[in-house]
Amino acid sequence: MLNFLLSRLMTFIPTFIGVTLISFSFIRVLPGDPIIVMAGERGMSDERYAELRAQFGFDQPLVSQYWDYMTGVLQGDLGTSFVTKKPVFDEFFALFPATLELSLCAITLAILLGIPAGVIAAINRGKFFDRALMSSALVGYSMPIFWWALLMIIFFSGWLQWTPVSGRISLMYFFDDVTGFMLIDSLLAGGNSISLFPFEADGPFFSALSHLVLPTIVLATIPLAVIARQTRSAMLEVLGEDYIRTARAKGLPPSRITYVHALRNAMIPVITVIGLLVGTLLAGAILTETIFSWPGIGKWMVDSIYRRDYPVVQGGLMLIAVMVMVVNLTVDVLYGLINPKIRKS
Amino acid sequence: MALLEVRNLSVDFETTSGRFRAVDGFDLTLDPGDITAVVGESGSGKSVAFLAMMGLLPWTATITSDVMKFDGNDLRSITPRSRRQIIGKDMSMIFQEPMTSLNPCYTVGFQIKEALRIHLGMDRKARHARAIELFEQVGIPAPETRLSTFPHQMSGGMNQRVMIAMAIACKPKMLIADEPTTALDVTIQAQILELLTSLQEETGMALVLITHDMGVVAETAQQVSVQYAGQKCEQQEVTALFERPHHPYTAALLAALPERATTKHLPTIPGVVPGQFDRPKGCMFAPRCSIATELCHTTPPPVGGAEIGFARCHTPINLKAEEEA
Ligand SMILES: Nc1ncnc2c1ncn2[C@@H]1O[C@H](COP(=O)(O)OP(=O)(O)O)[C@@H](O)[C@H]1O
Ligand code: SF4
Ligand SMILES: [Mg+2]
Repeated sequence: MLNFLLSRLMTFIPTFIGVTLISFSFIRVLPGDPIIVMAGERGMSDERYAELRAQFGFDQPLVSQYWDYMTGVLQGDLGTSFVTKKPVFDEFFALFPATLELSLCAITLAILLGIPAGVIAAINRGKFFDRALMSSALVGYSMPIFWWALLMIIFFSGWLQWTPVSGRISLMYFFDDVTGFMLIDSLLAGGNSISLFPFEADGPFFSALSHLVLPTIVLATIPLAVIARQTRSAMLEVLGEDYIRTARAKGLPPSRITYVHALRNAMIPVITVIGLLVGTLLAGAILTETIFSWPGIGKWMVDSIYRRDYPVVQGGLMLIAVMVMVVNLTVDVLYGLINPKIRKS
Repeated sequence: MALLEVRNLSVDFETTSGRFRAVDGFDLTLDPGDITAVVGESGSGKSVAFLAMMGLLPWTATITSDVMKFDGNDLRSITPRSRRQIIGKDMSMIFQEPMTSLNPCYTVGFQIKEALRIHLGMDRKARHARAIELFEQVGIPAPETRLSTFPHQMSGGMNQRVMIAMAIACKPKMLIADEPTTALDVTIQAQILELLTSLQEETGMALVLITHDMGVVAETAQQVSVQYAGQKCEQQEVTALFERPHHPYTAALLAALPERATTKHLPTIPGVVPGQFDRPKGCMFAPRCSIATELCHTTPPPVGGAEIGFARCHTPINLKAEEEA
């Protein structure tokens, strides 16, 4: 296991260099000059422009700009935002918990619903539930996210008035930022109350929860569809394996065959997919965050791209990529735990 | 009373291209302690017939029979729940591919103890002790440590021993061994066969040996049933069958045995077992039979009497009268 971990860590290095290269060049190939953008409509004199170019190092050749950037990165310095003048690193970690909270909630929802749905569809192959589920998965998978989000907002926020439209929590609540997760911090803050008849829930926790519901559902939709379909097809494949016939020949009850003998094997490909999904969620909550004004890194990145905030975009992309790599490593380890064949080698 | 009695068992598969009769009128009677071999080339419906008795066929299969009884239980009307109390306990089965027949995610110990818990309700300690005992019985060295290995860490022969240990864990009255040695090396094949016959002797269970290899039959079985394209074409006591096969197919299988070869090249039966789309109208064996006549191609042959091994042939061979004449 240790060897396995080390060898995985070794592959981090070339990936990391590749990621810094890509994030460094990505923002530079976009048309638009950050200094012009900064100047805004007033414009600026040629001398001032040259001065600023020199100050940011844009007059240097690209190679030496990259070199300077990398020396900074290796010392843990990702530069400061052109706009806020704050270190990129600090901004990222101030916003990251919001994205992480949303992504974790979304993937949890997708796993909790997707795996059982896939299993039930597989054991009822071809029957009504299976067909209904697979059709909805296809719809969920191909639905444009912003459209889906708007539908949800119109229905739940507009029509039913159950949920707020944007942000993480109502402005009336203030409390300490302990973990960065609203759901936890708001519980720690106290002042929550709930009654069942008539149903009333009040306090920061419920405010945070109601803000979280819609973005979570929207962000979970595609992963849910993917996980359900993957689970179903993996289960179908595994259920046809020889060892399932052996398990049945032993006289084991069907539930044990499904959940002990088949599911564990079917989880091997599903876990890989979940790992990839978590990666894309972290990186790809952009649309959802923008629609719901969720103050996470997705929205931050979009804003920074518009502002041509080079340090933020290149640093942010790199940190996102590192997060994805960490998630993938975690998945590999999990994979090894569930699949004895990997563990050995 | 017979341990197993099967009369006129047929299995049809519903396929996308229509119905396909994989087993057609299979008969078998087995007393406690009997050793029977079911022989036939691949695709003859041997596995399907026994999977039908175990209740392990997919839902696309339609099973019909006049009688299908095991140990006093009517397998035709049995509920799934009661069947689960029999299979893996009194009636167990091992399969052709030991490497894929064990669950890769669990240790072999887990898989063997599972059966002990479900059927015998043994506690943890008793299960462990019994599992070790079983591993010793099937000749797995260092049973204590082997229990915690995964199937992929062992050879095919060892995995088949694990399968056998699992199958005999609850002291079954009948063990069905479906081509247990086909996937193994020749030297290992002999060991596994020897293990099966010695276990049979030790425990007195009935043993059904499914094989495509007449050579295997000679060394192990008492009764032999020859199967072709879903039908039984002959059944005899082993020495009689080897001396005096009555069905041309049996004769052809015997002629293909290496020790019976008269030339350097092994005679093989030309052609293959007819599948779903090329089942002949008359005798199933007609397209490959060296003595087929016009009648054979148009009319299915009748089943003969016990004196000619129930041979399903218009012109059974090696008749007593012929030889005496
Ligand atoms: N699940 C199934 N669906 C359709 N056809 C099947 C199925 N299982 C087996 N068959 C067919 O039944 C025939 C007999 O198969 P089988 O009993 O496995 O032969 P054997 O064990 O004698 O080699 C073969 O032609 C095979 O293709
Ligand atoms: S019935 Fe005819 S074709 Fe069939 S085995 Fe006998 S002789 Fe051959
Ligand atoms: Mg077979």
